[in-house]
Amino acid sequence: MDQSQITDRLKARFGERILSTYAMCGQEAVTILPADLVEVLTFLRDEPELRFNMLMDVGGVDYLGFGGDGEDEDEVRSHRFEIAYQMFSYDLRHRYRVKVAVKDDSVEVPSLWEIWRGANWMEREVFDMFGIRFTGHPNLRRILNHDDFVGHPLRKDYPITKRQKLSRPIDHLLTDKQEWA
Amino acid sequence: MNTPKLPAGVEPVAQSEVTETLVVNIGPSHPITHGTLRLQLELDGETILRAGAEIGYLHRGYEKQSETVFYNMVVPYAERMNYCSTIHNASAWCYAVEQLMGIEAPARAQAIRVITSEMARITDHCVCLGANMVDLGALTNFWYLNNVREKMLFLFQELSGARMMTNYPRIGGVVQDLPDGWIAKLRQSMEDMKGLVGDVKDLVSNNRIFIDRTQGVCPTTKERALNYGWTGPCLRSTGLSMDLRKDQPYWGYERYDFKVPVYQNGDTMDRLLIRFDEMEESRKIILQALDKLPDGPHLIDDHLVVLPEKDKVYNQMEALINHFKLVMHGVRPPKGEIYSFTESPNGELGFYIISDGSPRAWRVRVRPPCFANYSAFPQMLQGAMVADVAAALGSINIIAGELDR
Repeated sequence: MDQSQITDRLKARFGERILSTYAMCGQEAVTILPADLVEVLTFLRDEPELRFNMLMDVGGVDYLGFGGDGEDEDEVRSHRFEIAYQMFSYDLRHRYRVKVAVKDDSVEVPSLWEIWRGANWMEREVFDMFGIRFTGHPNLRRILNHDDFVGHPLRKDYPITKRQKLSRPIDHLLTDKQEWA
Repeated sequence: MNTPKLPAGVEPVAQSEVTETLVVNIGPSHPITHGTLRLQLELDGETILRAGAEIGYLHRGYEKQSETVFYNMVVPYAERMNYCSTIHNASAWCYAVEQLMGIEAPARAQAIRVITSEMARITDHCVCLGANMVDLGALTNFWYLNNVREKMLFLFQELSGARMMTNYPRIGGVVQDLPDGWIAKLRQSMEDMKGLVGDVKDLVSNNRIFIDRTQGVCPTTKERALNYGWTGPCLRSTGLSMDLRKDQPYWGYERYDFKVPVYQNGDTMDRLLIRFDEMEESRKIILQALDKLPDGPHLIDDHLVVLPEKDKVYNQMEALINHFKLVMHGVRPPKGEIYSFTESPNGELGFYIISDGSPRAWRVRVRPPCFANYSAFPQMLQGAMVADVAAALGSINIIAGELDR
């Protein structure tokens, strides 16, 4: 299905809860609040004409200082972070992007681990890199950086030249249940 | 859990008599990991009860680094993510930026990208298969497959001056045209490769040891593969057919006639054997692309994207200015964002780029195929034996550079 039709479907279904829409180069996206995330994604998954059954990617963005030249007023955002969920339908071979507006790191985002197991590590990476916490995540630890790392390196206020000491490896990697690992 | 068959008259040990389990660490520096991966296993005898994985030992901050340099300067970084199929990653990055800018590489450049990408796929599969068979105790195959890889690397060297880190693709095309005589050498290598890969396949596919070590080991179902976001050969080994070269063709893949191999069992054996078939399909694509190779420029004619030729820079004022402007101010895509995806040898390689209109990307997110594939690995190990770790780990072909970025 064409991506603009998917945007229309989402608008018709969720109305005001769609904060904004985005279209460029044939790709479209909607921005929603974290509270609506599970509902929107399960709607995308369960609707017979959409069937988005794969979560391809979860990626955070820090918009601190974005569009700072003030040329474009639309670019000024009231939220600092966004998390982009790249959806793919294996059956119908179409794609869509859902973005979640996260005001700051005090806002928790519901974890999608229950629906897509692949979200486990991807959400851990967003937590590691941006410090956004996910409610309901079974094993929310750092993943690429070591456990004694201070700060979240992909935030815009983290200087690229900053150096930190390496820690010793952690002793215990095993989780109580295997699927949490 | 696998319970071993006991001789007649021997009673199995009751569960209550198992007094303690053993926790074993594998890696981060261990020959079977072919990189830096750490696994922790809880064992009952030789059976794995639980497994945990730790990654990040090769984390170099690729995404952060890409935000601080011009778009063209990311090309070498993109290559260093996946050191087995470097040229594909660089082409994929250039393709992503091209999509963001709304430009398209010329037909000849696209065909060259197809050829080099398929060569990279062959190289990648050779490394994966060869290394995995060494883990299984079959050294000969490694030399055979390395022979194929060596021929490809030699051709990359003629093309770009470097065996692995080619830095050959550019935004808007490729940096230079194919050298004289290169096509004939590639055709000859394709001919040689047929025999070598065929020999290896014959050596292993009916080999008792190989079959015992891989058949039915660490299988994955279709549902689990989709749930974890698997792509590439690993997904296709479970009976699902998804190949972006067919589904959403880029670089003119729709012009070539090739099949997408699909295996049904999703076990270690299928994950390995499917790569032999894919190498054969890649060979077909390369030969077709060479036959159909279009004439024309290898770079687009746009002074905002591509550096002018050197003799123009030295002799014409305009070209000198263009050169200077592009070096100092970089390529500037419009404000916006793109999620670009290509079929890399291991699966879907995605670049999510957000541009604020400046010559540096605001955010570069890479969706490495290994990351999703490897996140299912601890679960796959549950109930397997310690020796299966080596076989299964090699078969999902984890490239630590791409996994950790």
